[in-house]
Amino acid sequence: MSDVRDRMVARAAREIAPGMVVNLGIGLPTQVIDHLAADFPVCLHTENGLSGIGPTLPYEQADRNLIDAGGAYVSTIAGSAFFDSAVSFALVRSGRLDLTMLGAFEVAQTGDLANWKIPGKFSPGAGGGIELAQKARRVVVLTTHLDRKGNPKLLERCSLPLTARACVNRVFTDMAVVDVAQGRFHLREIAEGLSVADVVKATGASLVLPEGDLPRF
Amino acid sequence: MRLSDKTCAMEDAVSRIGAGAVVMLGGFGVPGTPFALIRELVRQGPKDLTIIKNDANEKGMGVDHLLAAGMVKKLIVTHIGLNARAMAMMNAGEIEVEFCAQGMLAERVRAGGAGLMGFVTDIGLGTELATGKPRVEVGGREGVLETALRADVALIHAARADTFGNLCYAAAARNFSPLMAMAADRVIAEVEEVVAPGGIVPEEVHTPGPFVDHVVPLGALGEEYGVVRRA
Repeated sequence: MSDVRDRMVARAAREIAPGMVVNLGIGLPTQVIDHLAADFPVCLHTENGLSGIGPTLPYEQADRNLIDAGGAYVSTIAGSAFFDSAVSFALVRSGRLDLTMLGAFEVAQTGDLANWKIPGKFSPGAGGGIELAQKARRVVVLTTHLDRKGNPKLLERCSLPLTARACVNRVFTDMAVVDVAQGRFHLREIAEGLSVADVVKATGASLVLPEGDLPRF
Repeated sequence: MRLSDKTCAMEDAVSRIGAGAVVMLGGFGVPGTPFALIRELVRQGPKDLTIIKNDANEKGMGVDHLLAAGMVKKLIVTHIGLNARAMAMMNAGEIEVEFCAQGMLAERVRAGGAGLMGFVTDIGLGTELATGKPRVEVGGREGVLETALRADVALIHAARADTFGNLCYAAAARNFSPLMAMAADRVIAEVEEVVAPGGIVPEEVHTPGPFVDHVVPLGALGEEYGVVRRA
């Protein structure tokens, strides 16, 4: 992973407070685990029916019946629990998830999230993403600031089918930390080596800029 | 009093599944998928099946065999991203695919198993997943009506069972199985280890035996049940 993405994931890991119940989406969010201390008190949840996820295991040590929702072979820790899929989503919908970290195709300044479907190109189904986005107490997105073609992912409004409306609280990218509040993007932190103008140029909506220096990550 | 013995040969149990049947399959990825029952279903070959499962497995595994054999009319699923054949057949109009939010699929199956007709939720409001679903207002809040799901047959994989059909699932292989085991007119469980009644402590039963019709003992597990090494 490039250095700046690693710093972005490390910065996102600081979003997790001790004692939280957290669901990490597939992809970049899963890598956040690598930046938590082994004795950090956090309960990780996965949709397929486990609270208290332990470290990911190499194939040689894997239990064939113990995966996370992304198919990675994980483990249990002292205090883990298994449950069925209805219980798993009861936990999500009833507000017991303090935080979820998700990927994104597009995020709108209103907090709308699109991350499950590109019509005509990619329609795999949303899995558990809709309920995570709609019902976790806090929703943060980890994504690159630009898509592969160099287009901004932070937009005034999403063009793709939505996962959930007005759900995103904060976005961590390889360029910046941006909060979503009152229908606007608010620039909070900026990656080392970039200027505010670089971030503004790469963002498809206006950014509310703070007064004074921005923290760097 | 004693409890009846429901052990059954796989061929006989699966022969109850006819063309056009609605079939629930437990499992989330590999854990919990009843691979042996699916292989027997493919061997017997009833067509026009509606398959209800979390996912479509991966190439050369589980649901993929049903798709390759042209036995599937419709999939009701939450995610098929790991099965290129399912995506291609959907895009070509060869199968119908109904996508559900994952917890909605679980709850629709649970409702069907609990003898309910449906439930009201705000999940999906404001997105295309709510399109076409009846709007309902409850206590001043808007929701959509999600309908219950039932099946003709549920195929379930369990780690342990007694001969009466009390089931125990291993680790994260539980997922949709206990829900589907309540929501079908006929429930067939393939089981890694079958014990006599009393061999499972009552407190440790995940699916109570009255829900289960047939217990099919498995021999040595095939490759599909193993750890999947992805490049």
